[in-house]
Amino acid sequence: MAKQFQKGKMVPVPSHSIVPERDLGKLPVLECQHLGIDFGGLTAVNEFNLTVGPTEIAGLIGPNGAGKTTVFNLLTKVYQPTRGTILLNGKDTHGMNTTQVNQAGIARTFQNIRLFNNLSVEDNVKIGLHNQIRYPVWDGVLRLPKFWRQEKLAHESALELLSIFDMQDLAGHEAGSLPYGAQRRLEIVRALATNPSLLLLDEPAAGMNPSETADLMENIVKIRDTFHIAIMLIEHDMNLVMGICEGICVLNFGQIIAKGTAEEIQANPKVIEAYLGSQKKGGAKG
Amino acid sequence: MSLLSNLINGISLGSVYAIIALGYTMVYGIAKMLNFAHGDVIMVGAYICFFATGKFGLPFPAGVLLAMAVCTVLGVVIEKLAYRPLRQAPSLAVLITAIGVSYFLQNSALLMWKSDPKVFTNVFVFKDAAGVPQTGVSLFDGQLTVTYVAMFTVLMCVIIMAGLTLFTGKTKMGKAMRACSEDKAAAQLMGIDVNFTISMTFAIGSALAAVAGVLLCSSYQTLMPTTGSLPGIRAFTAAVFGGIGSIPGALLGGILLGIIEIFAKAFNSNISDAVVFAVLIVVLLVKPTGLLGKAVREKV
Amino acid sequence: MKQLTASRKQLMSNTVTYLIVIVSYLIIQALSTGGLVSPSIQGQLVPICAYITMAISLNLVVGFSGELSLGHAGFMSVGAFSGIITSLSLQQAIPFAPARLAAAMLVGAVCAGIAGFIVGVPVLRLQGDYLAIVTLAFGEIIKNIINILYVGVDPDGLHASIVNEASLGLAEGGKAILKGPMGATANVKLASFTAGFILVLIALTVVLNLVHSRAGRAVMALRDNRIAAESVGINVTKYKLMAFVTSAVLAGAAGALYAMNYSSIAAKKFDFNTSILVLVFVVLGGLGNIRGSIIAAAFLTVLPEFLRKLDLDQYRMLVYAIVLILVMLATNNERSKEFFAGLRRRFFGTRKGGARNG
Repeated sequence: MAKQFQKGKMVPVPSHSIVPERDLGKLPVLECQHLGIDFGGLTAVNEFNLTVGPTEIAGLIGPNGAGKTTVFNLLTKVYQPTRGTILLNGKDTHGMNTTQVNQAGIARTFQNIRLFNNLSVEDNVKIGLHNQIRYPVWDGVLRLPKFWRQEKLAHESALELLSIFDMQDLAGHEAGSLPYGAQRRLEIVRALATNPSLLLLDEPAAGMNPSETADLMENIVKIRDTFHIAIMLIEHDMNLVMGICEGICVLNFGQIIAKGTAEEIQANPKVIEAYLGSQKKGGAKG
Repeated sequence: MSLLSNLINGISLGSVYAIIALGYTMVYGIAKMLNFAHGDVIMVGAYICFFATGKFGLPFPAGVLLAMAVCTVLGVVIEKLAYRPLRQAPSLAVLITAIGVSYFLQNSALLMWKSDPKVFTNVFVFKDAAGVPQTGVSLFDGQLTVTYVAMFTVLMCVIIMAGLTLFTGKTKMGKAMRACSEDKAAAQLMGIDVNFTISMTFAIGSALAAVAGVLLCSSYQTLMPTTGSLPGIRAFTAAVFGGIGSIPGALLGGILLGIIEIFAKAFNSNISDAVVFAVLIVVLLVKPTGLLGKAVREKV
Repeated sequence: MKQLTASRKQLMSNTVTYLIVIVSYLIIQALSTGGLVSPSIQGQLVPICAYITMAISLNLVVGFSGELSLGHAGFMSVGAFSGIITSLSLQQAIPFAPARLAAAMLVGAVCAGIAGFIVGVPVLRLQGDYLAIVTLAFGEIIKNIINILYVGVDPDGLHASIVNEASLGLAEGGKAILKGPMGATANVKLASFTAGFILVLIALTVVLNLVHSRAGRAVMALRDNRIAAESVGINVTKYKLMAFVTSAVLAGAAGALYAMNYSSIAAKKFDFNTSILVLVFVVLGGLGNIRGSIIAAAFLTVLPEFLRKLDLDQYRMLVYAIVLILVMLATNNERSKEFFAGLRRRFFGTRKGGARNG
């Protein structure tokens, strides 16, 4: 079959092997109720209430220091919330740690890229497939048939996932040697490999030029359309956010100051004040 | 009575550990590395003082000062040659290098000064009213002896602690050290010479190590190339116990550990090592930041 | 020209390692039976195999799992003494020497594995420097415990005491195996070079196969970026513990083999210095480089023999220390890394990241 191989553009993925079947009920994928965290005396996030639909692309924006990455860290249990509830596909994630919450269906990328730099691109993706394609340790040590079968499957699946961003030719390269944009894309592929219901992208367009950003926007939508998952992203690039996010949540000083569609947010005076400073005082702030 | 005697010995030994622990804790606070070689600098200090007062016949205070000077230079040189190039390296590499430096010092000492134990003279012997040299003060009709060494050790510890607290709190260099231990990059942007500050930290720590070496060998008078290594590890235990990066923590950890060790020895001398190490393990598991330390969150 | 895939290259590299081990064994065995091997080297053959296994197992923890373990000799010690106890207790039951040796090594491995689990569960919750110090602490504790342990066997079975030999209460026909600080003084030597060779092969197979499998990837991911590994669902404790315990098991087997080479051996043989020695092997051979560990361990175990002949043995530890420092500086300092990368480019052409070629 003819495939279009253009840099960064989404390759149509006809194969079913990496698009798992998903029960697309109406249950929201994420529900945060009164979520909050204090660090000693400092309240970093407070009264964070948000619902994300099962195939929604949601945006989390706000000035620097507003607490956006802290929210991601709460969702992925890097920090345990001080108060509030997080329901993932209806299930309370209270008491889970980062590993368990990933197994429950949340995957993420990081603001400062966190790849396994000494391992190959393919190995990075295979590690993402760790819980999807499994075999017992003994089969690995003794090189039993199941090892060979599953490793072959992992190899093929990894290459297919990499083909989303047309990176399959880079499979043997050391992850740390990739250019910046490719590293960001690899992180997304690795997160997708864990078969999440909700994908959290932390500033995915950071450091990208307008052309790369446009490609990324297309790819994010295509990932959602192909994998039928929800995506929440933190971004400062307003073109990207307003362009693809169906719901946007605005954070400032750890509190939500506005929620809504792109049009609603752009017209909201509280949002404008947070980003540009109050009209009365005149002059940019922050 | 043996309870009191053990307690006093424990506090005295603990004071030495506290002084050594200071060196560990200051270096760890600022350079975020465990200077494995610190214990062996103690040994070098003791040897220098030994030869200065023995072979060269210098008076004791001069011997101590010479030991401090040599150790200061040694500490600064080690930092410059072995640790500074690895400032950006993973901590595994730095730790292995520190072990290498420790072994280097031990084996150099072995080659230069041979392995036979030297007998360190205890200078804290004063003549009493009858003209008889006494090692200490006798109390409770001779049931309890408090040695002059012990008294001097505790005194030195208190003085050093107070001095260091004043230094880091009030002086410009002290503030620079605290700034560097919080955030090196920011400190540099504020005009602080980070390299010089770190060198100064190592210098102070090494000078203190020399003092500790002299005090240790005055109490326990055998000196060998391996004399510094075990007290060094125990003092690191004390530093961690009290909370690494905290000066009062080093004092608290040192004293407590000294007391624990002496009492464990009194109970069964074969397993006193194991007891001390078991304490370390329990502390690290229950309160990883130590008694007085504070948790540092990793930025995600 | 057909492009060599990464897995093909790995397969070739592993095969070379196995070949080095097998061919070396065959050559030495041939020389040995021909009487061409000096007695001092002959006596070193079993220790070399033991140290190679120690180095391979420590590399699993330090090189692949990224944790500095300073108490590795402790596991060797546990394996050694449980192996001796097994061997001397089963003298009547299993008269066939190689079988008894195998039993001793197996028991040694299992006991060390249990010790590895007991130590690993608390230790692996810590990180970096703290983990290193606690492993050192455990190594010393193990040494202390064995030092006060008295074990004897008689027709009723095994007896143990921490007081003294007399309190073992051995019946007629019993003998003391472990005598506190003196260790084991009446051991029957069972070790053989062939047994050592088999142990090295097993260690090699286990570690290489583990590392190049799903579990191995998880272990290395945790090493490279623990937070990212957690974020993709890797169970931290499970895989850190897996590497640690596997390493302890192999060290235990190595310890048992080592002990069965001597008629008397005490706990203080397996102290902090031994742990550092094995660490030197691993660092010198390259963290994560199994073939390097084998060569370094073998080379540095025979080196003292040659140095002794040249009367340079006294400088040995000093040179080790300097080499340790220099290797760390060379492999971690930005400027020297660039220097070596430049050398590599000049001699070998562009190797890294060369997916496209003609």
